[in-house]
Amino acid sequence: MHRTKVTIVEEALDANNTIARANRDDFDRAGVRVVNLMSAPGAGKTTLLEATLVALHGVRAGVLEGDVQGSLDADRIAHLHVPVVQLNTGSGFGGECHLDANMVRSALPALPLEELDLLIVENVGNLVCPAEFRIGEDVRVMISSVTEGEDKPLKYPLMFRACELVVVNKIDLLAHLDYDLELFLHHLDTVHPGVPRMLVSAKTGEGVEGFAAWLREIAAREAVPA
Amino acid sequence: MHELSVASAIVDTAVRHADGRPVSVVSVRVGALRQVVPDSLSFYFEIVARDGLCEGARLELVAVALALRCRECETEWEPEFPEFRCPGCDGASVEIMTGEELEVDYIEVEEEAACIAQR
Repeated sequence: MHRTKVTIVEEALDANNTIARANRDDFDRAGVRVVNLMSAPGAGKTTLLEATLVALHGVRAGVLEGDVQGSLDADRIAHLHVPVVQLNTGSGFGGECHLDANMVRSALPALPLEELDLLIVENVGNLVCPAEFRIGEDVRVMISSVTEGEDKPLKYPLMFRACELVVVNKIDLLAHLDYDLELFLHHLDTVHPGVPRMLVSAKTGEGVEGFAAWLREIAAREAVPA
Repeated sequence: MHELSVASAIVDTAVRHADGRPVSVVSVRVGALRQVVPDSLSFYFEIVARDGLCEGARLELVAVALALRCRECETEWEPEFPEFRCPGCDGASVEIMTGEELEVDYIEVEEEAACIAQR
């Protein structure tokens, strides 16, 4: 008996990436652009989504909600009469902490893709794992709220890099916090120089129109190869 | 927590290339930018590998440093910290040369399968 070395050199998450490409092909065929919304738990993804969906005039949007458990978020979105599907990741070891391409794929039959211009996927609240898994999206948006502290880009660089836009939420609270917005933006620039950023308050509505306009632009884009 | 998913993916990849032979070593290159906790990955690897060709295999994790290159002035550097602005020209157009790897590099397999496995 002897040992043989077999050279592989293959991305470990290749299988996920393959499924992500299949998702993307389906999205492209249906003419729907897809946004992957990521943040820590409690950053205000769902609240911002509620405020933004109302401001998305003219864009036919749908939502895919990812949570470890429950349909609280999907119920909130459903009140806005927007097609919404809830994905629960809560199986296995206490529930997966992120959406992967296969989970998203499993939800596609439940979504009226042909009738949509834009699909917003609200990922599981987590600053680590979602950054590792592509799901077939066109763009990734990272939401960071001012209550989380200005050091977060330095602590979770991958997440702050794995996005094409950073939205800073809860700016209505700035007056009540020690949070140093300039310092946060400096840290953000350190790990992801030049990434576009927006300042919003989902609660007061400040900046929401800007985010909605950004999404409208994404929805109007032609499909570009993944 | 995504170490479970990563461990499953590693085992699947190794098994696919093992061609039915028992696997004794799985070597994985992990870039500094990947948020993988080695102990956690090894823990899940052992569990996921059970009852398959990778059962009892040693998972070898090889760390790959972050190396960056500026597209503007061609400065190359290895930051200890995730500092992505070019130290040469302060430019933002930076290319990651290494540090994003999460790849199964090679496996070692036992050629006479009959000697193992059937316990």
